[in-house]
Amino acid sequence: MTPFTTLTAIAVPMDEANLDTNQLCPTRFNKVPRGPKYREVLFYDQRFTTDGKLTDYMLNRAPYDQAGIIVADRNFGCGSSRETAVYALYEFGIRCVIAPSFGDIFAANCAKNGLLALTLSEETCAGLRRQLHEKKGATLTVDLAAQTATDVAGGVHPFDIHPVRKRCLLEGLDDIARTLQYQNEIVTFESSYRKSRPWLNVQGGR
Amino acid sequence: MALTLFDKIWDAHHVLTEEGESLLYVDVALAQENTSHAFVALEKAQRGVARPQQVFAFTDHYVPTTGRARGIDGIPVAEIRNMVVQLQAMAHKHGITLFGIDNPDQGIMHIVPPEQGIIQPGLVVIGNDSHTSTHGAFGSLAYGVGASEFAHVLATQTLWQRKPGTMRITIDGELGFGVAAKDVILALIAHIGVDGATGHAIEYAGSAIRALSMEGRMTVCNMSIEAGGRVGLMAPDDKTYAWMDGRPYAPKGKAWEQGLDFWRSLTSDPGARFDKEVNLDAAQIAPTVTWGISPEHALPVTGRVPDPAQETDEKKRGEYQVALDYMDLKPGMDLRDIRLDRVFIGSCTNARIEDLRAAAEVAKRGKAVVTTWVVPGSMSVKRQAEKEGLDQVFLKAGFEWRDPGCSMCTAINGDHLQPGERCASTSNRNFRNRQGPGGRTHLVSPAMAAAAALKGRLTDVRELLK
Repeated sequence: MTPFTTLTAIAVPMDEANLDTNQLCPTRFNKVPRGPKYREVLFYDQRFTTDGKLTDYMLNRAPYDQAGIIVADRNFGCGSSRETAVYALYEFGIRCVIAPSFGDIFAANCAKNGLLALTLSEETCAGLRRQLHEKKGATLTVDLAAQTATDVAGGVHPFDIHPVRKRCLLEGLDDIARTLQYQNEIVTFESSYRKSRPWLNVQGGR
Repeated sequence: MALTLFDKIWDAHHVLTEEGESLLYVDVALAQENTSHAFVALEKAQRGVARPQQVFAFTDHYVPTTGRARGIDGIPVAEIRNMVVQLQAMAHKHGITLFGIDNPDQGIMHIVPPEQGIIQPGLVVIGNDSHTSTHGAFGSLAYGVGASEFAHVLATQTLWQRKPGTMRITIDGELGFGVAAKDVILALIAHIGVDGATGHAIEYAGSAIRALSMEGRMTVCNMSIEAGGRVGLMAPDDKTYAWMDGRPYAPKGKAWEQGLDFWRSLTSDPGARFDKEVNLDAAQIAPTVTWGISPEHALPVTGRVPDPAQETDEKKRGEYQVALDYMDLKPGMDLRDIRLDRVFIGSCTNARIEDLRAAAEVAKRGKAVVTTWVVPGSMSVKRQAEKEGLDQVFLKAGFEWRDPGCSMCTAINGDHLQPGERCASTSNRNFRNRQGPGGRTHLVSPAMAAAAALKGRLTDVRELLK
């Protein structure tokens, strides 16, 4: 996973609350193998007509076709657990989504793919979006180590992030490798767990 | 200390904590065709499946709902067929039990595992699908996860989690005539919002929940995610044990007795504290329908489409306008005047035998005036329905009786709405384009769906059942 340290990028404001993962990646694209094709998939049904022509949706046009940050409203990424929603954001070039809240599964999926799901208050997010509407194509800066987001006017907004999530993003850590350090603990746990629950050891099936 | 049911299961699976994140031991993992992304990640990490006997795979999202006698060859589109073939190959390669396309017990990943007795109280269940919360109906801790977390479970049989908050939703009282579990969960989501339970594990409690059948409880837990809750669970009781008894993977004899002794301890202790409490009066819940593009856009069927102009909150006004434009509805119109093109009865929310019985009870009172599909949740549900003659009731009413799968809920197996079509659906999401590009979805209970089929518009089922 590519580490996330600092990011200065064009930020696109999305005012609609509850943008679900079906919008980020329509279901029919879930079967696409991970790769650059996902750039096209992001918000596909907004960006393309039914016969595959580009619409004038904001992500199709400069400056937002170069966006690296989305500033959204509450509950971004709610709905389906599809990680393809994160693949689509990532391939489009989005490395950070700022919102008042996220779907729980989506936030976890972001962290596993080097994408920062950054939580700021509803008022702060609304303020950021207002600035971005006024100054189209403006950039925001996110510094993960310092846990700050700097807005268009130079205002600095500190944010909270769980220490493990922060470390994994900063170092681009692979989760499986992290867990396998604890292989002995897992095996010991499993053996006493199974001993205490003998009914789970029954072979089932037809 | 008084513990919640959630705490008890969490503590029993807690391997260790690192910087406030806990490693949980996983009992059962559930895969589907889209899990291909997790298998790719697993191979990239050069890992195998740690405990293949605890992993089960289901072909459900991509299987066709007709022409199943031909098995895999009956899938005309190569890319769709390939998803089913890939899962088969992965299951074979890693020694995972597969409920494949021609398995006599094939069906949806949230319907088959309980039927098979794979889901038991007190387990940690991980599924590569957000509706995994369904299995909380048995008093298990069931998380939906994405591909990376699922690959992690496959490689290590564990999952890193931060402890969520706890939220108890107590629904007391008696449900009214014609009101089903689906109405309960839709009304609840309308009440607390689609992010009402975000960051929380829900425990459902109260006399109305206890009075639900296991099928009804699964319907409620299934849509926890639509309220923002990754996990939704209920204490097991005698209904749970009666439902499980004798199923293929359920313990037998002495092991069953041992399990039972333990399962009976799986309740929240008196005095256990929850971070949030919500109470709902069952008697106030009406047959409910969604009018918009979010599951929280739900109202009693006797209501009217909201008028954005009447909204004082500017944000709500904008949101409602977007919803009305997409749904092509007029503000203030009676919900029962909404005309439909299609009806879909199926999905992991509402395709169990009780759902089909409820739909058939209505279907026998008339004839469908719009194209109506019934897609049972599993082969086992299908067999039972045919034994009871429900298939004949549906066919006589002009409904189509199809083969099990996710079908037009997730709309990727080739079953989907045409642009602009409007559908009353027993599924779980009314998101834009969910049932096909340009499709419009109204979420309803199975009985309400059948009523809609007979009338060609959203209908108060109570008037048909009178």
